[in-house]
Amino acid sequence: MFESALFGKLTLSAIPYTNPIIMGAVGGAALIGLLVMGWITQQGQWGYLWREWLTSVDHKRIGVMYIILAVVMMLRGFSDAIMMRIHQAYAEGLGQGFLPPEHYNQIFSAHGTIMIIFVAMPFFIGLMNYVVPLQIGARDVAYPFLNSVSFWLTAASAALVMVSLAVGDFSQAGWSGYPPLSEMQYSPGSGVDYWMWSLQLGGIGTLLTGINFFVTIIKMRAPGMSYMKIPVFTWTILVTTVLIMLSFPVLTVTLFLLTLDRYLDMHFFTGGMGGNQMMFTNLFWVWGHPEVYIVILPAFGIYSEVVSTFSQKRLFGYASMVYASIAIAFLSFIVWLHHFFTMGAGADVNAFFGIATMIIAVPTGVKIFNWLFTMYRGRIQFTTPMLWSIGFIITFSIGGMTGVLLSVPGADFVLHNTEFLVAHFHNMLIPGALFGYFAGYSFWFPKMFGFRLDEKWGRRAFWSWLGGFYLAFMPLYALGFMGMPRRLVHYDNPIWQPYLLVALAGTVLISYGIFCQVAQLYVSIKNRAALRDTTGDIWNSHSLEWSVTSPPPFYNFAKVPYVESLDALSYKKEHGMPIRAEAPYSPIHMPRNSGVGVAIGAFTFIFGFAIVWHIWWMVIASTLAILVSVVMRANDEDVDYMLSAEEVARIEKNGAQASASASSGISHHDMITQG
Amino acid sequence: MSATTLTHDHLHDAHHEEHHDGKENALFGFWIYLMTDCILFASLFATYAVLRHNYADAPTGKELFDLKYVFIETMFLLFSSFSNGFAMISLHKKDRFGTLKWLMLTALLGLGFVGMEVNEFAHLVMEGNGPDRSGFLSAFFGLVGTHGAHVSIGLIWMSVMMGQLYFKGITPAITSRILRLSLFWHFLDIIWIMVFTVVYLMGVL
Repeated sequence: MFESALFGKLTLSAIPYTNPIIMGAVGGAALIGLLVMGWITQQGQWGYLWREWLTSVDHKRIGVMYIILAVVMMLRGFSDAIMMRIHQAYAEGLGQGFLPPEHYNQIFSAHGTIMIIFVAMPFFIGLMNYVVPLQIGARDVAYPFLNSVSFWLTAASAALVMVSLAVGDFSQAGWSGYPPLSEMQYSPGSGVDYWMWSLQLGGIGTLLTGINFFVTIIKMRAPGMSYMKIPVFTWTILVTTVLIMLSFPVLTVTLFLLTLDRYLDMHFFTGGMGGNQMMFTNLFWVWGHPEVYIVILPAFGIYSEVVSTFSQKRLFGYASMVYASIAIAFLSFIVWLHHFFTMGAGADVNAFFGIATMIIAVPTGVKIFNWLFTMYRGRIQFTTPMLWSIGFIITFSIGGMTGVLLSVPGADFVLHNTEFLVAHFHNMLIPGALFGYFAGYSFWFPKMFGFRLDEKWGRRAFWSWLGGFYLAFMPLYALGFMGMPRRLVHYDNPIWQPYLLVALAGTVLISYGIFCQVAQLYVSIKNRAALRDTTGDIWNSHSLEWSVTSPPPFYNFAKVPYVESLDALSYKKEHGMPIRAEAPYSPIHMPRNSGVGVAIGAFTFIFGFAIVWHIWWMVIASTLAILVSVVMRANDEDVDYMLSAEEVARIEKNGAQASASASSGISHHDMITQG
Repeated sequence: MSATTLTHDHLHDAHHEEHHDGKENALFGFWIYLMTDCILFASLFATYAVLRHNYADAPTGKELFDLKYVFIETMFLLFSSFSNGFAMISLHKKDRFGTLKWLMLTALLGLGFVGMEVNEFAHLVMEGNGPDRSGFLSAFFGLVGTHGAHVSIGLIWMSVMMGQLYFKGITPAITSRILRLSLFWHFLDIIWIMVFTVVYLMGVL
């Protein structure tokens, strides 16, 4: 009795110490964590890390932290992928693979959840954090502190997923968690709760980020930057934030209702007692389909910047790019039913959603042609970001065509829930989102750190990824036509096996690509002196982020720039105007770093863990702690300061190496009232 | 001539930018947040619409709802919005204790609303018509309860603001926060009117 009050449902048996695979993974992750922490301790950098990074409210620092989170989670999600591929390759007939079914189910559920929510989302949110304020000539986002809170909510929910590895298990109900399988009756363990709460808490962080960046882009653009002078990447982010604000509340409600079903025995989605299972499916995809465009539209923006820069031409059809993004956003809300044509909604309903789905190919096609026409007669430089973009255009077109095929309800009836679908959406998301983020990563890396990435290893990574992708997913199309269902833990058809072996080979090639990316980072850091960017405009690009030093000073712009045209930097270069502001400078209003965001993240993690295990006292305590943190923050008046004009002049004179250390250690500042 | 105009505009804009502080952004952002909250309620209303006849042999809304009781409850919330309006008038007059007085009345009326709702829920649960009884009751408790939770959070927020107002007086930051709180409060009023119509009136008719 006392124990259950203290520990809820948590017992020692929740730790799967009898499973060598899981324990190996936990041990490995713990070892890497300990090594990193040991290294930081040895370097004596904890104080620096805390003051300059963890508590930072600077959008650039937060952006980098998001990207690091995404990369770490990608390694986890990819380990899941390679385990599935190895298992399926040897799960034919008498072969049983190496994973028991309950573990295999957790792996494909975790793979989907992690790749969408904890890789794709933080990766593009990291890039947009870094780039958007710089592109629009702003000094920070609208709510710098809220930005820090959003990051730590995301980090806390990612940590919750990682903890599910060691304590308890993860959901076995797939990344979309359909009831009734995800209801208490069929999934009584902690797995679905881990899935549900990590999605819920991370989703709230994303919603706050969406509001933050929407307000930033609407309200904080440099003077002169009218809507049709907004750089195209920022435009796609603006559309993305609208999608986030319209769709994430639906996810919040869907998961909340499932929570009520599981925790309070309610009947929203149960099989009997007046529940409606298909309502979950509908609500989930009302969020889920826009979510696809939330991760893809930013990548479209990146491709537009990259293709234009490395073709040394203006982007072809800027206005049509903007309108296409808006059209895609609108259409993304009226196609959700194509995820479950087999629900039985009838021919008319299916026809509507089928046609709406086909129409999405139109604005997307417009974009493809715009990129092609931008390259046409351009002086193309085949740098790594450009390679990712060209690889994307070709591969994504194939995926788009299979998508149009699936949008025909009759064809979908045959192919849904087969490997064809798995091939299709990987064909959209890997080139459509991930390649874009990789392109953005190598494109903006010199802006972030002051030196560019090694080209040779970058090219190796690209070709391995591209080849690996085709090897891994083209066989799955064939398997889909041959009738192989997705998520199979075992099968008895020897004809399928060779295809799965080819897919495994593709995954191995992709792992070599990832190795190349790690090597690229290592080699680039080692040779950073030779790769140094001293100009701030290493690619001879066109928008404002390239007008400041690399890395930019923590206040971004000594003076807020005036924007004359789209491609503001190109205009300045063509008209021989000074690129950077000159003295005299004025004082700059800056936000102070704050540890409250970290605290809220930590309490949120505790809350998530406690509620998964029904440890009620801890749920109440952590909720109160979050409330107290918020109220304390509201009572803190010392949240900002003025950076003096002399200090700005000093930093501008010393050039690129300015960092936020000037802001935290600063002594001469005036306190001003918070807004 | 046009160049002069441009420079002038430029200077004006730059000047404006320097003073582009949090207050205006905070208010705009809060409006945006309210719109996302609107979507949240829209999803709950949609859920209610789907499940509203899924009685599963449990009592219907017609058998359970007491319109008179809910009407009094509604009046509590509507009058709390009314007194909130007076609080805002006092705030604009920089009348600290007037604002406090009206906020106190607002909070008491809000508390009355939440109290009546909790009482209604408790009765239903004790009579065996709790949210675990049927899909319809789940949807009812889910929608009405979420609104009630919002009002309760508003009450916590209001008490924090009364504390700040009492100890710190009327500062620009506190004014801005009370303005946002008042938006939130009126927003919940509008949602309640829809709850009253869709759940109670249409449930009984």
